Amino acid sequence: MAAGELAAMPRSMGEVLIEADAVTFGYGRTPVLDGVSLSVRAGEFVALVGPNGSGKSTLLRVLLGSLTPSSGTVRLFGGPPERVQRARIGYVPQRPSLESAVPATVEEIVTSGRLPRRGWWRPLRRADREFVGHALGSVGLSELARTPLNELSGGQQQRAFIARAFATEPDLLLLDEPIAGVDAESQRRFRESLTHLIGEHGAGVLLVSHELSAVAPYLDRVVVLKRRVLFDGPPGELAAEGVSLGIHPEDLPLWLEGLR
Amino acid sequence: MPWPIDALPFPFELGFMQRALVASLVVGVFAPMIGTFVVQKQMSLIGDGIGHIAFAGVGAGLLAGVWPVWGALAAAVAGALGIEWLRARRAASGDLALALFFYSGIAAGVVLVGLAGGLDAGVLVYLFGQPLTVSDEEIVVIVGLGAIVVATMLLLRRVLFAVVTDEEWAGVAGLPVGLSNTILAVLIAVSVVAAMRIVGILLIAAMMVLPVASGQLLARSFRGTMWWSVGIGVASVVTGLAASRVWGLAPGGTIVLIAAACFALVAIARRGQALRLRAAGSGL
Repeated sequence: MAAGELAAMPRSMGEVLIEADAVTFGYGRTPVLDGVSLSVRAGEFVALVGPNGSGKSTLLRVLLGSLTPSSGTVRLFGGPPERVQRARIGYVPQRPSLESAVPATVEEIVTSGRLPRRGWWRPLRRADREFVGHALGSVGLSELARTPLNELSGGQQQRAFIARAFATEPDLLLLDEPIAGVDAESQRRFRESLTHLIGEHGAGVLLVSHELSAVAPYLDRVVVLKRRVLFDGPPGELAAEGVSLGIHPEDLPLWLEGLR
Repeated sequence: MPWPIDALPFPFELGFMQRALVASLVVGVFAPMIGTFVVQKQMSLIGDGIGHIAFAGVGAGLLAGVWPVWGALAAAVAGALGIEWLRARRAASGDLALALFFYSGIAAGVVLVGLAGGLDAGVLVYLFGQPLTVSDEEIVVIVGLGAIVVATMLLLRRVLFAVVTDEEWAGVAGLPVGLSNTILAVLIAVSVVAAMRIVGILLIAAMMVLPVASGQLLARSFRGTMWWSVGIGVASVVTGLAASRVWGLAPGGTIVLIAAACFALVAIARRGQALRLRAAGSGL
């Protein structure tokens, strides 16, 4: 059964994790977001899509509290973003790889993910190492734990960043374009690890991406952004408008480009 | 002061060599250790910049009649905080922030040392280092500052690693990015001052960076790089001191040249290994 079908009943009752209400933001006089409203609940898998320059990354920064909207409100876990306990948020930044001058192993990178949960000044315990092992396993990187990150493919590196976010045990996972140009095996692992996080841990996921073919059957909602929210609903409704998310990976990007 | 290591063989059988060995070993441990974080942060030249600011502190100390080491410590810590402040606020790029302090520091040093009576042997030991004349009092300061640097880094290594490796993620994850960068800047300043009498202000960054350059070729992890770098740092100071005694060479420079030679050897060996692997691969 698809996660989308599961979501129809009990999960829609979950706690509201993100709530943006009529958010407007601009750089100088250039408007980037205009009255954007968006919500993500616990157990929900939401994709945020839009053409280049549509304000996706800006919206993500506003949601995280690193940018302040000129009007409208953002609430994370029911409170202002700057007051939220950061360990509740897992974040996978938009980055094809990590430039590292000194070799750092996958395990060292993923272990960093425990610090927000454990407290950065506290020593890590056996339970923390078990969480790291679990996070590595969930993205299929257990056997590469001791490998330097810069010897991994782009897709494997992305999975390491996802494992770092998992290691924090987040209630809400935010991913910024994590699967652009990633191989099929990494896409499969990526999909499995996200559905595991949502299904087993009841977390909410907001995925910013151009490329939804790998996860389309599992999405509860798709939000199409181009300065304003053009569409917010189940993928099926988007398909009814003639946009396929699942069959041809290029369909969605082409349609999004047409929105410019 | 009686030294418990009287029984050491040549070239470390004399008291002044033993004092030099103790002080240099401490530098050989903490400089590459902090250097691993500095290289990862891609600020390899920060030690050089802070060294130049420390020189202004030496001049100020001489002029004010205060022990130059304290003057250097105050100036280096203030300079490190200033560089970090500019960098964090993006008021200037890391590179430009460094240059601003670097040149102001050396210029102030030249003026202050001039006012205090000019360049003499008392100043040259700070510029070029001279472990052979290090006093007991200086050893206490070097060991004390070195212990602070090592203990802080071991305690905070995980958060410092997370911040220098991925500052953007660390910020979103709620890790104390500003505090970590500030602590790192202060530790670099303390390291510069603690190493100043041994390798000299002009060569201080070399002991932070050169062993790490070798270590990152030998290791496959951040932790491994740190320990390889410390090993190479310690080997360089022991060999450098011995060579300087045997052949009458300037010890600070000899230590750094040996660290550089280590890098050359490691780089050649790694290159040879890669070529052999490629040849073996194509022979299959």
